[in-house]
Amino acid sequence: MELKEDINIQNVAMSIFDRKMEMDEPIEPKDHMPDGYRKHLIRQMSQHAHSEVIGMQPEGNWITRAPSLRAKQILLAKIQDECGHGLYLYSATETLGISRAEMIAQLHSGKAKYSNIFNYPALNWADVGAIGWLVDGAAIVNQVSLQRTSYGPYSRAMVRICKEESFHQRQGYEIMTKMMRGTKEQREMAQDAMNRWWWPSLMMFGPHDSDSPHTGDAFKWKIKRQSNDELRAKFIDKTVQQAEVIGLTVPDKELRWNEEKKHYDHGPINWAEFYKVIAGFGPCNNQRMEHHKKIHAEGAWVREAAEAHRAKHQRQ
Amino acid sequence: MATETEFPKWEVFTQIKPGANYIHAGMIHATDKEMALQNARDTYTRRGEGTSIWVVPSHAIVASNPDDKEMFFDPANDKIYRLPTFYVMPEGAKAI
Repeated sequence: MELKEDINIQNVAMSIFDRKMEMDEPIEPKDHMPDGYRKHLIRQMSQHAHSEVIGMQPEGNWITRAPSLRAKQILLAKIQDECGHGLYLYSATETLGISRAEMIAQLHSGKAKYSNIFNYPALNWADVGAIGWLVDGAAIVNQVSLQRTSYGPYSRAMVRICKEESFHQRQGYEIMTKMMRGTKEQREMAQDAMNRWWWPSLMMFGPHDSDSPHTGDAFKWKIKRQSNDELRAKFIDKTVQQAEVIGLTVPDKELRWNEEKKHYDHGPINWAEFYKVIAGFGPCNNQRMEHHKKIHAEGAWVREAAEAHRAKHQRQ
Repeated sequence: MATETEFPKWEVFTQIKPGANYIHAGMIHATDKEMALQNARDTYTRRGEGTSIWVVPSHAIVASNPDDKEMFFDPANDKIYRLPTFYVMPEGAKAI
């Protein structure tokens, strides 16, 4: 008897979820949701949060070596934003019932991933420009689309992040522009950074729609509104024009405007490289993870001191 | 890795300009009130989005249950005389 009633309650709750999906109403933390929906969101949102945090490393390297005080201030502000974005996303993910400590533990154990792009090194100042322009540019295309995602706290975090992120892309494009107006060596550096970051940036959108393992559920639940290939095309279309304006060459001989599709056609993406980096064999995978673990361990005393301070004041 | 304890959670509300309502901005972790205010400022007002912040321990927030939505909010629907549009005003009356 009791079991039957439980099943009934389950059914009613699920029909509320389905109705909300149909009406395009956002799902909020206390709403009933299928286990798969919750799991999918925890995986995607924690990966997104970890990406923001790990993404501070390639750029953080350049704070002390920025070419001017202005460049240094801007880079500091940008990296502080990335940290903030990680925090918005951790907070939003916590509303799904996972703790922040668990998420960090999953990152350290390798169970949770972060964006592949941050396993590539930032070799020189032109890379800081390329990261802002291309990597943040690609992230923005994805995040603009995610503003309409079905989970309320995720959507709200995306709105906030998108507002802040466009300065990131502009500062990167400004660095590239300055270098392209500079000496021959500077132009070569900018082109070299473009050559190294272009393809990994295209990979940020994930596998082609035909080989994307999570796409079906993500669309059904309106977590994702546009496919990997649609978003990638959007990014290519606007970035090619920006490259042309400052005289950079997109390192793809097969890149051509397709009048029929109203998009650029591009050459084949090296998916073998993509899967190799995901599997842990990118240029900086170990370095990124070891650094995060080291800093987390070194900060333990600060957390303990804060707890001790609170305990002391509670006793008084 | 040993499981770590976490700092308590606080909900953050910011007032965008003087006189405006406080709006929920998000959540932060902190051990005490002072740290909660500082973390809220660093996390949610980096571009001067706030003139004032409230932080409230998350456990102190009581939220209505989505399942009770109808029971909880519907009774207002049959009291439309609470709205000014319910009343018929004589023609010619101004500024009312």
